[in-house]
Amino acid sequence: MSELIRCTNVCKEYVRGAERVEVLRSVNLSVKRGAFIALMGPSGSGKTTLLNLIGGLDTPTSGGIEVDGLRLDSANARSLASWRAQSVGFVFQFYNLLPVLNAQRNVELPLLLTGLSRSERRKNAALALDIVGLSDRGKHKPGELSGGQQQRVAIARALVSDPCLLVCDEPTGDLDRATAEEILELLQTLHRDLGKTIVMVTHDPKAADRAEYTLHMDKGRLVSIIDGPDLELEPARTVA
Amino acid sequence: MKLISLLWGNMFRKPTRTSLTFVSLVIAFLLFMFLQAISEAFSGGVTLEGMDRIVIDSKYSMTDNLPLSYVQQVRSLDEVDQVTSMSWFGGYYREPRNSFATYPVDPESYFDIFTEQRISAETLGRFNNIRVSAVASEALAAQYGWSPGDTIPIMQDIFPQENGSWTWQFELAGTFEYSGGQLLLINYEYFNEAVIGWGKDQVGWLVGRVAEPTEVDATIQLIDSMFENSSDPTRSTTEDEYRRQFASQLGDVSTISGMILMVVFFTIILLTGNTAAQAFAERVPEMATMKTLGFSDLSVAVLVLAEAVALCVCGGMVGVGIALLLEPGLNASLSEMVGSFNMSGQSALYALGLSILLGLIIGAYPAVSAKRLTIVDALRKR
Repeated sequence: MSELIRCTNVCKEYVRGAERVEVLRSVNLSVKRGAFIALMGPSGSGKTTLLNLIGGLDTPTSGGIEVDGLRLDSANARSLASWRAQSVGFVFQFYNLLPVLNAQRNVELPLLLTGLSRSERRKNAALALDIVGLSDRGKHKPGELSGGQQQRVAIARALVSDPCLLVCDEPTGDLDRATAEEILELLQTLHRDLGKTIVMVTHDPKAADRAEYTLHMDKGRLVSIIDGPDLELEPARTVA
Repeated sequence: MKLISLLWGNMFRKPTRTSLTFVSLVIAFLLFMFLQAISEAFSGGVTLEGMDRIVIDSKYSMTDNLPLSYVQQVRSLDEVDQVTSMSWFGGYYREPRNSFATYPVDPESYFDIFTEQRISAETLGRFNNIRVSAVASEALAAQYGWSPGDTIPIMQDIFPQENGSWTWQFELAGTFEYSGGQLLLINYEYFNEAVIGWGKDQVGWLVGRVAEPTEVDATIQLIDSMFENSSDPTRSTTEDEYRRQFASQLGDVSTISGMILMVVFFTIILLTGNTAAQAFAERVPEMATMKTLGFSDLSVAVLVLAEAVALCVCGGMVGVGIALLLEPGLNASLSEMVGSFNMSGQSALYALGLSILLGLIIGAYPAVSAKRLTIVDALRKR
């Protein structure tokens, strides 16, 4: 399997007033295509920041990040936006669907950035909704769907442009246990059957169990790993 | 799906708020069209028909009369092709609120001068031959349901008759075309004969048509010099200038209208701008989501700006549409006061331009904020 994500000495600092907060401290990571990784750690450990960097939502203060062949640390905002549209699907804890659009149109939204015709967009959106088991809910607006259904729509939206990477920020954090299991089952299916690479931040050990590998973070560093063949850490920071 | 459906959905996300904003915009543009029409009525452009017409009035005041004999004296000039006289009659029909312009005129010379006011030869003949007759503009006759042959009583408050009566009775000879709305013309010969002594052989002002339009200025000077040393000196101007001077007695209507509109639109900008800023604040996470999905900073900003422009343009166009629907009724009721009350296509185009400008101003701050929005910060505020 080829490498999809490479983080080299990634640091991230935020300035809050006169204070500089070091959120990530020299993170090194290499992930191969098709891996399913869970990122765990206490609040403030830097897992969401690392996820944002991998997803191209933010840029590191120093260090290099390369995902699917693009150097994210040196790309400008326009290239990053274009890259996100093609290569990454995002799933958030609170779904982040647009409430004024129905499920079908929410899923179709990323396809507006492609050259697809209207009929092709509709066809693809319908297919994505079918994959997540919501083909009969296309006309419903988010407010008319349950939390689990909304998250499925969000996953369909993440899938619709066929990205190589799915970035999930606590996808089950707002769901009850049974619904969370359904969503995790769905993510596992996407990984197993469609070969999607998934990086998922979670606080939930049961959710992390669904991933192939679990990375633990603390105080901005990767501190431990339940190891596997598709993932490498800098030897000094690897705890196998 | 195009972004238009997202734009439309966002506009009507809070129907009550959008409706109230929309109504305020409609009213603002209704007012804009109304004041534009008044302003245009008072500033009245030069018409082709009036290019060769001059008005001869008292040098000292528009309210001073001139001797009737001036009509013949001016008519005798080679430089003047035709001249007629007009006087302010005032009065009202049945009730004081039914007031309209009424002028005692010489029928033949009046319609020879004002060729744009069309009258049939038959009606003009009756108006000329029946001393107690009057002719009404079509709008006036329609307003009160008058027909030829009807007796029209006009209550006077300036000119009593010699017999002491303040009520003048006229027989309607017919109607004539007049774009300015309501106007009643009475036969001067009858007026001059019946009016009380002090009002006899007086006219309010003269309107002449010069023989050579390129010699208007010279003719004006000639007429004024002719009466310069008399007890009733004159001040002559072109008809267009006369209208402007008359309007200026009421104040600079254009400036007043402009100031009212500035206040209205400034208030609209504050109110709608506040609403737009509020709507933007509510949707920060959604804009961050769009950027996450790959929409560029610029496209999100344009979407926000387009919403503000669309709302203003829709409100503006509905306001203009309502104004145009109301125009005939307003023309009938206001033309007496302000002359021709017409809402021009140019005003509608101004309104369209203004609505776009208003949208751009209102949407500027939210659009710039949307463009600068950082995805990570915005999602953190979720």
